[in-house]
Amino acid sequence: MTVVRQLRAPTAAVAEPPDDLAAIEVHDLRMRYGTNDVLKGVSFTARRGEVLALLGPNGAGKTTTIEILEGFRIRSAGEVRVLGVDPGHGDERWRARLGVVLQSWRDHGKWQVRELLAHLGVYYAPYSTPRVRRPWDVDDLIDAVGLTPQAGKRVSQLSGGQRRRLDVAIGIVGRPDLLFLDEPTAGFDPEARREFHDLVHRLSDIDDTTILLTTHDLDEAEKLADRILILAGGAIIADGSPDQLSRRASADAEVRWSRDGERFVHATGDATAFVRELFQQYGEAIADLEVRRASLEDTYMAFVREYESGRGAAALRAFEEVTR
Amino acid sequence: MSVISLGRPAMGAARAGLARGRIELRHTFTNAQDLWNYIFPAVILLVVFFFMGDATVPGTSFALSSRTMPSALGMSVAFGGLVTMAIALAVDREDGTLLRAKAIPNGMTGYLVGKITLVAGMGLVSLAIQLIPGLIFLDGLSVRGASSWFTLIWVVILGMVATMPIGAIFGSLIANPRNMGMIMLPLMGLIATSGIFYPITNFPIWLQWTAQAFPIYWLGLGMRSALLPDSMASVEIGESWRHLPTVGVLGAWAVFGLVVAPIVLRRMARRESGSRVAERREKAMQRVA
Repeated sequence: MTVVRQLRAPTAAVAEPPDDLAAIEVHDLRMRYGTNDVLKGVSFTARRGEVLALLGPNGAGKTTTIEILEGFRIRSAGEVRVLGVDPGHGDERWRARLGVVLQSWRDHGKWQVRELLAHLGVYYAPYSTPRVRRPWDVDDLIDAVGLTPQAGKRVSQLSGGQRRRLDVAIGIVGRPDLLFLDEPTAGFDPEARREFHDLVHRLSDIDDTTILLTTHDLDEAEKLADRILILAGGAIIADGSPDQLSRRASADAEVRWSRDGERFVHATGDATAFVRELFQQYGEAIADLEVRRASLEDTYMAFVREYESGRGAAALRAFEEVTR
Repeated sequence: MSVISLGRPAMGAARAGLARGRIELRHTFTNAQDLWNYIFPAVILLVVFFFMGDATVPGTSFALSSRTMPSALGMSVAFGGLVTMAIALAVDREDGTLLRAKAIPNGMTGYLVGKITLVAGMGLVSLAIQLIPGLIFLDGLSVRGASSWFTLIWVVILGMVATMPIGAIFGSLIANPRNMGMIMLPLMGLIATSGIFYPITNFPIWLQWTAQAFPIYWLGLGMRSALLPDSMASVEIGESWRHLPTVGVLGAWAVFGLVVAPIVLRRMARRESGSRVAERREKAMQRVA
């Protein structure tokens, strides 16, 4: 295609950022709309190459957080560094190292897939470095997101799943060091979802891209992320690998039994000792004994139900007791 | 965060914007809706000429339809700059095109250059679609020599520069593309008083002055000066083509627009984010359902 020309490189070489720097550093981030505190002191860091999931119920402040990091929203207070730069003052060179996957709707409907990706790639060419060649070769990129059969199709003719893959392709056409995905699989059918998860895995493998994604779906966070941050009530209430979180969540067990026709439930950190004591005390009067370890999902779902029913603060305390 | 930055990557982005404008202009020839938008004004003109029949410009024996033709071309330039630009910006903001531009380096520069290229290109195409048959079929219309062409070209360019930034301001301020009526109604009123379809020399003085404050009157006058015989200047205000005041008024609108538009555009772009686009999508979906 002759209409898309390569850009001239800028005269000054783009400095290579040191590799040991954290990709994202957030300290005591606060956001207030009017009198409503949406973020009340969020702190976390993301290491380079890490896949981080920001998990939380709807309205927890996930989108606000990610939009502040993308530089699309100005925070009320707190320290934020994204690739070493304050996103409120990020320049175009900084922008070139970020990828933002936006949910398309009907924009660029008349463009062909290949035409659009080739055009958008042109903007990244001046920011190519010896380490990261920008932009991504358009045919390789189309292949990587599995849109080769649709390369000549108009965007408006793509199916929902194909469109989201195009969204991802647009987000990564500049080979970003850091990629933001906000609720990437909202509205996906299970098949499209699985394909999308594969794509994210490939991304973090190929380029060692740092990825921050938001989701309200624990299952998705567990499948994709190296580390999960649970955001609720405007603060991070849990932070750890999926494995760590589930071990912490299942530390508590629920013991159910009946005695003389009356039913009892008790939550305990040491189920074995509790049951031993129970039998010592009541012996054969105990019946219908049941010991059940809560999975991370049980704990999280119970928390979300409580949270969404408006008993946010109480739910938060209960959840923190379990996960801390 | 600077929305528009200068420097070599920005120059590159401006070139990418030109390419973007050319691609989008090509897209307008490939679908029925855009093609209809090109042809529609010419169809309207034909209908108007049919009803004008053999009517002449008052006080002359010159065909009213031949006087209307260049005036309508001037109106078409103003319409393209004001309405096409405003709709394009409002639609692109609603569907997230603008947010995509914001998410890529120097994307806003490329987007704006692309949009200007597209709207200017579309304006020239619809101008040609109306002008060429007019030159062939209407009596009394002629582009005589270099000076006529020269007038035609500067009036069109100055008209675009005067109206596009104003259109961009409207497009930034309108929250919803479906509220375009807020612009269309006053614009229709302005067209009616700007001497496009009928000379305004017999209108009340205050109405004449009102019309002369806006670009549409001057675009009509400028196009008439390029395409009509000089004798027709006698039925204009001041019995002259008044080129200097034309440059003055259109130039003033251009300066105003070029100063204010970047401020309004920057403010609009700063407020764009994924959740805003999602909100608008949700609203639009509710309207559909």
